[in-house]
Amino acid sequence: MSLDAQIKRLLPGWLKEPAPDGDIVFSSRVRLARNLNHLSFPYHAGEIQLEEVIDQVGAALKSAGHFKNYTLHRLDEMTQHDRMVLVEKYLVSLDLLKNPAHRGVVLNQDETVSIMLNEEDHLRIQGIYPGLQLNKAWESAEQIDRLLEAKLDFAFDEERGYLTTCPTNVGTGLRASVLVHLPALKMVGQVKKVLAVLPSIGLNVRGAYGEGTDSAGDLYQISNQVTLGLSEEEIVGKIVSVTKQVIDQERAAREALLANDSRLQLEDRVNRAYGLLTHSRLISSEETIKLLSDVLMGAALNLIPKADGQVVKELFFLIRPAILQKLIGRELTPGERDHYRAAMVREHLGMNRK
Amino acid sequence: MWCERCKKRQATVHVTKIVNNHKTESHLCEICAGETGQELGFLFEPNFSFQHLLAGLLENEFGVKSEAFTERSAQELEKCPTCGLTFTDFRKIGLMGCADCYQAFAEYLNPLLRRIHGSISHTGKAPHNIGGRIRARKELETLRRRLKDAIKREAYEEAAQLRDQIKAKEAELN
Repeated sequence: MSLDAQIKRLLPGWLKEPAPDGDIVFSSRVRLARNLNHLSFPYHAGEIQLEEVIDQVGAALKSAGHFKNYTLHRLDEMTQHDRMVLVEKYLVSLDLLKNPAHRGVVLNQDETVSIMLNEEDHLRIQGIYPGLQLNKAWESAEQIDRLLEAKLDFAFDEERGYLTTCPTNVGTGLRASVLVHLPALKMVGQVKKVLAVLPSIGLNVRGAYGEGTDSAGDLYQISNQVTLGLSEEEIVGKIVSVTKQVIDQERAAREALLANDSRLQLEDRVNRAYGLLTHSRLISSEETIKLLSDVLMGAALNLIPKADGQVVKELFFLIRPAILQKLIGRELTPGERDHYRAAMVREHLGMNRK
Repeated sequence: MWCERCKKRQATVHVTKIVNNHKTESHLCEICAGETGQELGFLFEPNFSFQHLLAGLLENEFGVKSEAFTERSAQELEKCPTCGLTFTDFRKIGLMGCADCYQAFAEYLNPLLRRIHGSISHTGKAPHNIGGRIRARKELETLRRRLKDAIKREAYEEAAQLRDQIKAKEAELN
């Protein structure tokens, strides 16, 4: 297989244009927690019950015509390496890998839908799209939920809603999140101020890489805290409207940087980052993420003539350890990784699909 | 620099820890760092998950914490009839054992849910077949209310119509 074909296979299927507000919003995700009646929740269930979950979901997929292009993968039939690739593509959580026996994942062809089996809940249905498309992510997860509920006996209570393993997810069982890129707010020292408001309206914020509000790559995830007492549309609507305001703030900060003497500094910074990425021979993952963040903003503002924003976003995935090693075709030592990472970045950044 | 633990591989993980103003440095290879748990997030492990807060959230509800709970020790032995999870287990791990636990531990749940979500009732979507029943039952309640009202007003013709509608709805629900 050519490297191009390999890259295409290893990039998350959902990461493709069009991506509305994609200059700032990386991805939109909705996850629905569902459980089956009469079976213990996964952490409390024995092997037979866990297998029962996989069997029931497998049978439901077969009996509904819609799922022709969906595949159920058992985690215990995959290598740890391939499992990590799924984590790096945002298709399964790291928690699902803790104990791969009797766990599974259902994926559709373009990887916009994934269903984790026997993670904290029996089913975790995920819809994911690039850019700000949270409604689309919700609609796609909801559609899968509707098709599956016709075949499966989901645990539901009129008063409590969908019953989940952890009481923090009960009710809608819905966790909606967006991943936003806020480098300009960070540069003007306002990112903490903007994000600090979100918890007071029931939203969580965390850095995408590492904890806290100091995120490498200036990527932050915004999600809902509460799952009970609000309808799904209210939760999704709230995150969309708040995200739009965060986008406005980031755009304003970018404009302010461009309109002042800082423009030259900004141009210098993003082009230096581009220069480093296109000429390094050894580069750590941390440094790559930091520089990619600068280049992503530079591309969005047309400050780097040769950079293509979509290609830059793809690199955020291609440099991750499991995907990178899959591309090279063997295990790499940390030192080798820095070498191949640099080569991968040089080669891929040279591409321009515009 | 060699890994100070295995002394065989390059040290690639360099950690500086400051505990009580005392600085310690360690230099490990990736494998030893993984084995000793010195990965990212090693500097500070907050003991602050939902599970850790749960005991507090439950206890506060009953006023003075430990006393109230010793009186309730009988209830603490309560088990979910379906999956066998005890209330003590739930307090410890913060997770339900199965869907029926929500019934078995119902009396403790309202205060807990109110604290977590600020609400105790679901207002979102329902599985289609159940959703239809909820709607039908609510419509039935409304019809019965209207029937009572009609009888009170001595509007017998309207009452007769409502009674027919109620019968039809009841048949539909069964």
